[in-house]
Amino acid sequence: MYLTREEKRILDGELGEGTQKALELLVAIGDAYDAEKMIPISRAHAASSGQEGDLYFVELLASGGARCRVPTSTNPVYDIKYFDSLFEVPKDEGEVARRVMEAYKRIGAILSWSCIPYMAENIPLYGETVAFSESSATPYVNSVIGAKTNREAAQSALAAGIIGKTPKYGLHIKENRRGTHFVKVETLLKDEFDYTLLGYYVGKRIGYGIPVFSGITRQPSTEEFINFCAMSNVSGAISMFYIPGLTVEASTVEEAFQGDTPKDKISVTDRDLKQACEELQTASGKIDFVMLGCPHYTLKQVEEVARLLNGKKIHKDVAFWLCTSATTRLLAERNGYVDIIEKSGGHVVVDTCIDEPCWIAYKNQVGMTDSPKCAYYRRFKEAIVGRRQDCVEAAVKGKWR
Amino acid sequence: MTYLEIALKCHKIIGGYGEGEALVSHEPICFYLTDPKTGIVREKSHELAGKNLANKVLIFPSGKASSVVQIDGLFKLALHNVAPKAMIVKDVETVLVVSAFMVKVPLVDRLEKDPFEVIRTGDFVKVDAEKGIVTVTKQKA
Repeated sequence: MYLTREEKRILDGELGEGTQKALELLVAIGDAYDAEKMIPISRAHAASSGQEGDLYFVELLASGGARCRVPTSTNPVYDIKYFDSLFEVPKDEGEVARRVMEAYKRIGAILSWSCIPYMAENIPLYGETVAFSESSATPYVNSVIGAKTNREAAQSALAAGIIGKTPKYGLHIKENRRGTHFVKVETLLKDEFDYTLLGYYVGKRIGYGIPVFSGITRQPSTEEFINFCAMSNVSGAISMFYIPGLTVEASTVEEAFQGDTPKDKISVTDRDLKQACEELQTASGKIDFVMLGCPHYTLKQVEEVARLLNGKKIHKDVAFWLCTSATTRLLAERNGYVDIIEKSGGHVVVDTCIDEPCWIAYKNQVGMTDSPKCAYYRRFKEAIVGRRQDCVEAAVKGKWR
Repeated sequence: MTYLEIALKCHKIIGGYGEGEALVSHEPICFYLTDPKTGIVREKSHELAGKNLANKVLIFPSGKASSVVQIDGLFKLALHNVAPKAMIVKDVETVLVVSAFMVKVPLVDRLEKDPFEVIRTGDFVKVDAEKGIVTVTKQKA
């Protein structure tokens, strides 16, 4: 790979060990893909987590003097104080989370602790070159916004944020952004949950690829896009997709395929989505918890929960959780939504991911969520997937069906 | 007993040197599905199920599973000193590069001959990623 004089100096350690390690990783990735050179990025998102591997890398870089050169946001870990006040989170796990969050602060990241940073804390523009990890953020950034990012690991995105560059490979090259699968939607997609099911179904059918949709006639909402992006990366690996005319990068199906023929064609019928739904509704009866906000809820989604709960009491045997970003919670407080949810007996927690050890209290319990991604993590005995209104109703009744 | 030594050129991704007994997998590997304390493959339906990848030179087509679990999986093996000594792959992707980088295990690809034809489980393999050479020692019957 071609390296500039400055890049060679970094590799020689002239800017410190942390920066050197960051560039070494990027060069290794570039070598793997035969990238010709590094290209500048304007922002990054590191999918931080309370895991030992993540801790090792961010501490190594931070202690070696590395600092983020471009805005670099962070994924949720968990609100240590909040969980400590309610449960006994294992001490060593809590310590890992505390050190991860401290190291990202030292390294100069934006402490967004949000998995949807493109909504508020770190928003790419159309055409921007960026490095966004978090499998649900990658397709949103590529397809909905029309910026360019590869499917990054937390560490490669952080390294890119420190150097301000990424190797030129993969989705940074136009030919690699062409569609691979043609997907004909033969059913009406009515709400957010239909997009959840669509993502889950299409991810499962395609696995790895770039689907191009036809048959979607209504502009999907922000939340519908978020759900599609998240769930298609639970059952598959979809870093980009096209809905020609409704997503920004191609206005026709032909343009999305760049003149190529699709590898495969699939259709999505009403029955397919119903079947996907049945597959996810793994149990019925008494529930112990409801878990919403995977990915983090937007203000609109928090408002809807508040509206559904207004004046009602959550069943005494059900723990009700809603995860969102600190930014969204601030607005939700201002608008009175947090007050309504808390009065009903629910928690609105910030900085927290469903896939963290802070949920250990529910390990052997059965609950409900509107997110297949939440269910997939297996932090619980059982997580039944249903629509948001069904989750709220079950929380009030204490049971699902 | 005689030995046959074959030297093959390769492409360095993560540098360093590692040697050990070869363990060949024709299926992709997820390090999260191994026992972090011993290196034994726990994925039931996997062709390496029950085999131990600790201190081996691992030959496999590619990695699989999400970035978080893959990286954490190899990292935990390394913490217990049961990571592979070197890795030879066919299709490499970002997550596998990051995983190998984090634990400083040499990673190479593009051997001048198909590694699945040349290398058998049990051969002795030296991976010199810096020089770009893989040396395979086969025992002749």
